[in-house]
Amino acid sequence: MKNSKLKFPDLLSIPKIDKVGVEERVATFQTRSIKNESKIQGLNMILNMIDLTTLEGKDTPGKVKQMCYKAMHLHDSFDDLPTVAAVCVYPSMVKIAKDEVKNSGVKVASVSTAFPSGQSPLDVKIYDTKFAISEGADEIDMVISRGKFLSGDYNFVFDEIAAIKDICGKVRLKVILETGELVTLDNVRKASEIAMYAGADFIKTSTGKIQPAATMQVTYTMLLAIKDFYQKTGKMIGMKPAGGISTSKLALHNLVMVKEVLGNDWLNNEYFRFGASSLANDVLMQVLKSKTGVYQSPDYFSID
Amino acid sequence: MRLEILKTYKLYIGGQFPRTESGRFYTPKNKKGAPLGNMCLASRKDVKNAVSSARKAFGGWSEKTAFNRSQILYRIAEMLEGRRDQFIAELVKQGSTLKQAGEEVNLSIDRIVYYAGWCDKYLQVFSSVNPVSSSHFNFSLQEPVGVVGVIAPQDTSLIGLVSAILPIIAGGNTCLVLASENIPLCSITFAEVLNSSDVPGGVVNILTGNEKELIETFASHMDINSVLYGGASKENIQLIQELAVVNVKRVHYYPMNWSNEDGQSVYLINDFQEIKTTWHPIENIGGSSSVY
Repeated sequence: MKNSKLKFPDLLSIPKIDKVGVEERVATFQTRSIKNESKIQGLNMILNMIDLTTLEGKDTPGKVKQMCYKAMHLHDSFDDLPTVAAVCVYPSMVKIAKDEVKNSGVKVASVSTAFPSGQSPLDVKIYDTKFAISEGADEIDMVISRGKFLSGDYNFVFDEIAAIKDICGKVRLKVILETGELVTLDNVRKASEIAMYAGADFIKTSTGKIQPAATMQVTYTMLLAIKDFYQKTGKMIGMKPAGGISTSKLALHNLVMVKEVLGNDWLNNEYFRFGASSLANDVLMQVLKSKTGVYQSPDYFSID
Repeated sequence: MRLEILKTYKLYIGGQFPRTESGRFYTPKNKKGAPLGNMCLASRKDVKNAVSSARKAFGGWSEKTAFNRSQILYRIAEMLEGRRDQFIAELVKQGSTLKQAGEEVNLSIDRIVYYAGWCDKYLQVFSSVNPVSSSHFNFSLQEPVGVVGVIAPQDTSLIGLVSAILPIIAGGNTCLVLASENIPLCSITFAEVLNSSDVPGGVVNILTGNEKELIETFASHMDINSVLYGGASKENIQLIQELAVVNVKRVHYYPMNWSNEDGQSVYLINDFQEIKTTWHPIENIGGSSSVY
């Protein structure tokens, strides 16, 4: 391995998670009242943090092109809307997406390492990743081997992430923990540590294929891990909750949580993303509601 | 000595009985000044939630077979019949005499049965095959307009509500209803009837609150396709018509006494329908011989 400086985290020193405490803390984020201007600001911020995602077996070039268009033109009848942060697609669609977004500032993220299950040999995962990068991916979303993790083979998981990061180089690596399969918050914390020490630039909750996905409890646990990692090493790791966040309200609660746990430095799309497909429309409807004063209808927004 | 268990009247949204999102309440009183109960004072956000529920329920409800809708509507009547005494007691509490109350409940039940009967018949009455001078088989038929916002008649507690809701849901629409502000008890109890009679959650959503506060939201919400205004205020009608233009809602109001036996009509079902016309190519013009 090129990067021999990598250090395996001391898993014994990881704090245990108090589930009841987490529930209680998370509940307080949901009581914050966010009014008018700060709400509009928050909604615009959310739009700019979205990784617009399509990860289905039935994805076609046409669907991907349409999504890329939407990523750049969220709702053309209003001028001052931001673009989303990135589009997230399968490796086979990367080139198509890249040709569409060109220099718009929207990045192309590709899932890899045999997404969503991750049940393939390392060679295949490495090829998968190399392919995505050669097609033009700006970011890689990899999945960890949950089976290995759950059977206690933490070194395997660590080495695999490190190997993929090796290939990525400057391409940003998001590591998907698939928290819905990790069962406990203690495991989520452990997996977060392993991913961060192995070189992840982002840690991401879920593939979106498993329920539960990005619950606030899980995101909170991962944010705490990021905070501790930052205090120990000085390195800022990004966070991407994905799956299940489909309403503006929930997204705003997530922003509140990020601000209160990590602070303003994380409140931009360099360090915080939402993985979502239907969130954008709901946020757009809220933005338009605040601009026009009239509750909106999905009939007047693009179908995605 | 037993402590009386009083009912908490809440809203009815999406098949659930939530409290108002705003946490507010009001206490309507009857003519003698006795409080009727603490009612939820619904807010704009409750309207928004009710619209989302109604929209979600629309697909399933409009695609049910007409016959099945008819069965479900008849079931409402059955459930209401079983709860006669409860409704009579509430009506009396709100100021009706025992005789008036009994008549109002009877009429409500009969009206539900009337609309249950029409569910699988109005289409035959209103749809048509149209003569055209080209090689087409041309026919028009009714489809539900979508989500309907109802401001229920304010002067009755039950019959006005029933008369407004039934033609709308009989035609496959879903609705949200603002109940009578001053005599709202029957509305929420009627929600319990709906909830126990196979009407899918979200098909009817019932709110209690202030008409003046919510009327603009009903009229301007982009996801409401039609509004039924049950009152008689010319100002309100004008206000609704003005605001309804944002998404060209159909606005209907009926200067009608619902407590009358003839306060029901199949034309009310038709008012909440859109017409779809289909041009189907066929071989010959004229139609002297049947080719379809």
